Amino acid sequence: MTKLKHFDCLKIKHFVVFITIVMGYSCKEAPKKLSHITGKELKIDSTSQAVNSLEQFILPYHNHVENVLDSTLAYASLDITKTDGSYNTTAGNLMADIILEQAAPIFKRRTGKNLDFVLLNHGGIRSSISKGNVSARTAFEVMPFENNTVVVELSGPSVKEMLTYLITSKRAHPVAGIELVLNKDDSIKSIKIQGQPFDANRNYYVATSDYLVSGGDDMVFFKDALEVTDIDYKIRNAMIDYFSKVDTLSPKVDLRYYKLD
Amino acid sequence: MKRRQFIKNTVATSTLIGAGGLTLNACSSGSEKHLTILHTNDVHSHIDAFPKDHADFPGLGGLARRAGLVQKIREENPNTLLFDAGDIFQGTPYFNFYGGELEFKLMSKLKYDAATIGNHDFDNGIDGLLAQMPHAQFDFLIANYDFTNTVMDGQTKPYKTYIKDGIKVGVYGLGIQLAGLVTQKLYKETEYLDPYEIARDIETQLKETENCDLIVCLSHMGYSYENENRTDDLTLGKKTKHTDLIIGGHTHTFLERPTIVTNANDREVLVNQVGCFGVNLGRIDFYFDANGATSNGVSISV
Repeated sequence: MTKLKHFDCLKIKHFVVFITIVMGYSCKEAPKKLSHITGKELKIDSTSQAVNSLEQFILPYHNHVENVLDSTLAYASLDITKTDGSYNTTAGNLMADIILEQAAPIFKRRTGKNLDFVLLNHGGIRSSISKGNVSARTAFEVMPFENNTVVVELSGPSVKEMLTYLITSKRAHPVAGIELVLNKDDSIKSIKIQGQPFDANRNYYVATSDYLVSGGDDMVFFKDALEVTDIDYKIRNAMIDYFSKVDTLSPKVDLRYYKLD
Repeated sequence: MKRRQFIKNTVATSTLIGAGGLTLNACSSGSEKHLTILHTNDVHSHIDAFPKDHADFPGLGGLARRAGLVQKIREENPNTLLFDAGDIFQGTPYFNFYGGELEFKLMSKLKYDAATIGNHDFDNGIDGLLAQMPHAQFDFLIANYDFTNTVMDGQTKPYKTYIKDGIKVGVYGLGIQLAGLVTQKLYKETEYLDPYEIARDIETQLKETENCDLIVCLSHMGYSYENENRTDDLTLGKKTKHTDLIIGGHTHTFLERPTIVTNANDREVLVNQVGCFGVNLGRIDFYFDANGATSNGVSISV
């Protein structure tokens, strides 16, 4: 019995020593082992209280942007859309004409060469322009992307390939500087560039978007570009500059590209 | 949509609660440590909330409201880190007008700890990015872009460590391949390095040399691609050994819950991304105690 009691005592002593070591270790090595992880997504909505000082900080920036964006630059005399024609549209013609007019002098200054025509993509026009006041915001809506205007030198055969693409795509991709008439069977009746009949033996300079040159919208003929000149001019900035320059926008569906009935 | 609640290894969780209680009795320093990681990605210059009639995100987002939410969480848990996974720039006229100045200033006011660099952060060129660096009072972490021969040389770090309540957190950044995505004229001589290789090097360093308790990757590679030649976050999660959390971006992926991936050490880790335009804030909470994971592994509830 005494022996047993003694034994019990030892056990308790051991336990105390053991616990002390364990606790000492735990205290020294503060809890550091990963045990549990939770993850969730918090929606930022009206239930989150906005920080007033930040709202106040943002306000002058906000007001400046809104004022500039909304100040009237020009007037649209009609609704300008990309769906009001089969082969060319008011919105497409406006865009392509703007690029031709705005980019040609820059390209000429940079390289001494003349821009021949413009090709953009129908899908790149992201919004219609409603009849009424036109502002910089309009340009952001029509062209929200940061695409640059680039001028591509294409050989005659590459231009031919481009025309085939244009015809077979059956879409009113915006063009300017070109007069293309198709026969009923989609063969080319006539093609003029800058008022001159197409010459397969010469090279042409076509202004387009850097997006299309890098393979966008499957415009594969651009891969055969002889030279690509980025004129560091955003398409949207060309639009804003043009809107600032003119009073009225009144583009028309015209005879630059059509098919004979 | 009703969120399904996944509780994994509930046995392990209850065991750990018991163990935590024991430690609490023994030490005055508290039984459990709790670290909160908050994150955004692809905010794309969205500073104002979306209008109430917006087709995709009616009445959502807004930086001042995000700040309020972050502030509230920080009050609840001061051991909070806030990160962004890139594409801070481009998407609203704020960027076109101010070149990213406002984005960086506001992120600084929100006390972001770090961000990685997305492809759109080069939209005003590498010089345009450099020009805004003075407005950023937070770190740019990117391990697989070599900026040596560019103006951004010295402006970024491959990783950074943070100590929160004694927990050491190592955070590194990874960027997407720029060639083919960004005009070279914009990123200039930025050299892209293999992210998987770099990730394994950095995480080993963070684990073995820096003795980090937790390792986080800020990635702008994208969540997942069908094309195996493209690097993505899910693959990164599988290939790494010590990375506990991958905060992703680029693909604007909205996830119902963070994705659990089994890593190269057969351990479950998280990959998360919260869509885009600042409409969501990701929140991952890590709980630490003395005993840590049992043989059943760390419990993850997402």
